[in-house]
Amino acid sequence: MFRSCILVIAVTMLGVTAAAAGQNAPAASNAPSPAPAGNATNGKKLFAAVGCYQCHGYEAQGSTATGPRLAPRPLPFAALSRYVRRPTGQMPPYTTKVVSDAQLADIYAFLLSVPAAPATPPLLK
Amino acid sequence: MSSQPVDRRGFLKSAAVTGAAAVVGSATPTEAQQTTARAAGGPASAPVSARESDPSPELEPITTDAPGGDFMVDVLKSLQFEYVAANPGSSFRGIHESIVTYGGNKAPEFLTCCHEESSVAMAHGYAKVEGKPMAVLLHGTVGLQHAAMAVYNAYCDRVPVYLLAGNSLDATMRRPGVEWAHSVQDAAAMVRDFTKWDDLPWSLPHFAESAIRAYKIAMTPPMMPVLLVLDGGLQEDPITAEVKRRLHIPKLTLTAPPQGESGAVAEAARLLTSAASPVIVADRASRTAHGMKLLVELAETLQAPVVDQGGRMNMPSQHPLNHSDSGRQLIANADVILGLELTDFWGTVDAFRDSLVRTSRPVTKPGTKLISVSAGDLYTKSNYQDFQRYPEVDIAMAADAEATLPSLIEACKRLLTDDRRRALQDRGKKLAEARAASRERIRADAAYAWDASPISTARLSAELWAQIKSEDWSLVAESGNVSNWPMRLWAFEQHHQFLGGSGGAGVGYGAPAAVGAALANKKRGRFSVTIQGDGDFMYAPGVWWTAAHHQIPLLAVMHNNRAYHQEVMHLQRMAGRHERGIDRAGIGTTLTSPNIDYAKIAQGMGVYAEGPITNPNDLGPAFRRAIAVVKRGEPALVDVVTQPR
Repeated sequence: MFRSCILVIAVTMLGVTAAAAGQNAPAASNAPSPAPAGNATNGKKLFAAVGCYQCHGYEAQGSTATGPRLAPRPLPFAALSRYVRRPTGQMPPYTTKVVSDAQLADIYAFLLSVPAAPATPPLLK
Repeated sequence: MSSQPVDRRGFLKSAAVTGAAAVVGSATPTEAQQTTARAAGGPASAPVSARESDPSPELEPITTDAPGGDFMVDVLKSLQFEYVAANPGSSFRGIHESIVTYGGNKAPEFLTCCHEESSVAMAHGYAKVEGKPMAVLLHGTVGLQHAAMAVYNAYCDRVPVYLLAGNSLDATMRRPGVEWAHSVQDAAAMVRDFTKWDDLPWSLPHFAESAIRAYKIAMTPPMMPVLLVLDGGLQEDPITAEVKRRLHIPKLTLTAPPQGESGAVAEAARLLTSAASPVIVADRASRTAHGMKLLVELAETLQAPVVDQGGRMNMPSQHPLNHSDSGRQLIANADVILGLELTDFWGTVDAFRDSLVRTSRPVTKPGTKLISVSAGDLYTKSNYQDFQRYPEVDIAMAADAEATLPSLIEACKRLLTDDRRRALQDRGKKLAEARAASRERIRADAAYAWDASPISTARLSAELWAQIKSEDWSLVAESGNVSNWPMRLWAFEQHHQFLGGSGGAGVGYGAPAAVGAALANKKRGRFSVTIQGDGDFMYAPGVWWTAAHHQIPLLAVMHNNRAYHQEVMHLQRMAGRHERGIDRAGIGTTLTSPNIDYAKIAQGMGVYAEGPITNPNDLGPAFRRAIAVVKRGEPALVDVVTQPR
């Protein structure tokens, strides 16, 4: 249950920082570098098509077994991009040859668009 | 007993000798040569062959009321087997008939299975609830081959399973055709690498002794499957008067599990009581409910955090000292680590990176003392590599952890001064605060993707918990991977509430093991629930018919992510590494086009079923309807389309 068959893709990957908002990738105000403009709708499709969902879930909610939560409030784009291109943990690399900078910007726009979790649902209290 | 007991092999042997003698005194050199050739096993002419194998019909015994199989059933009854699981096969037709007729189909009762893998995995799940093995009958070559993967899982999981395989040893007595294909010279060779012991009894007294011995060996830690190969003749032939005089069922005395050597226990206690940051890691540590209490007592004595790796139900999930969620960090900061029945001690204290260049590094601090207590050190085979990488520990006790805990606890208590106890209590308070904070984080994490479709595994787990928490529940299996949400959200407090995994990670364990465990829970009035992976479901789905046929109450909730998702991720890893085809990981790894209708499959086998459910708001009502069915004593299945993990 806890251990078997776990493929840890990106456990050491991304923490959760900046504020989320919008369909079209506004840069988080406290990010060290602005995120490029991206299309969140296309980013959501790419998030599934190129396999991000496999470890992080379709809503980027993460899993203790495979990969951390990416949204809402994703890491600054620069940090995320750096890790995606050259991961240091178990995550496979996504070079520009397979995910272009523009596609990554779309994916980031999708992450920014993920709404905050609801207040603790009654079932979890 | 038969009035004219005749041994089939003896009877036919004497017939052959008579036939040969009749020819020896006869005519030509050619005939004599033919006779010699025949006596040596060469070809015989048709008339001679007929005389050998078809003696006067009026002299041929055609019935018996005391076949060997009856005595075999007496032996099985002495071992108090409740059930024997089997897919029927002619190589064990003799004992099969003896079980259902002579034995009254009670203790053992015959469980009709649709695949030998199901039979063995049912026995695997059953043993983890019952604490003793179920018998399994396997047909000749093909049945044992079908069973092999499930036998391997039980072997890796250190679970006793009692295997009985039919075979036809005397080649001259085999029916032409299929019986030859289903016979084998050394049947046990197929599974000898991953069973603990096997035998091929040559007589009924031999069977009795080996049957008791096999049970004893299977039940001695490390527990594992054992195999007896049953000759067809031994099952079917009448019990002769001579054999009857020698029949005896030996007394069974189970071997007391081995305890750690006293000096090693004392040294372990010294290290643990003086450690600043000790961590207890438990995998298959608690064989019984008592073992779980002992582990809690040790943790509370030391005020040390426990990391439960989940091979068994070791530590109550909500206990302030259960820190399984932060295990990696605790291990990294530990100065002493006690590993109890760890499958992989090396992997517990080392990190491994599966990248283009594979690397590993210790995660522990230099100088951290490692203590291992494991019955695994008592029995290691060479071919299959489940023993994992060699761990460099400081104290290794080749012993059963549960049997060793009482002396270890006592040794620790003796070493604790009042001052030391106060210091440990302070440590315990900090750990309890950290655990409370961790539980809050877990609840917050579960809220993400709460309304998503496909349904999040956190939502599935929370909805299910809401419906079963007032029952005397038992999570009998969890195939697939739901990100450990049940153990994080539910209150696991009793040993039977969690049974661990498959052992060998051979897919196809989940459904049959759940059915077997649910059968053991049935007489205790427990509510059995399983989280059922879709890939696992499809290996041998006939087990759902077995559950319906034998009226085994079990709620199965599908974790249907429509994929062999582990393999999706592996393929993605390769694609990313090769900088190509990152959108192709679903080829060969997903279960779509068409989507499988699991509810329909289950319904077709007599199981109440609903789904597929894609709206999380529909879960609660569906679970309630299914629970009502289970409470009537039947299996029920709810198919839920889920997030990958």
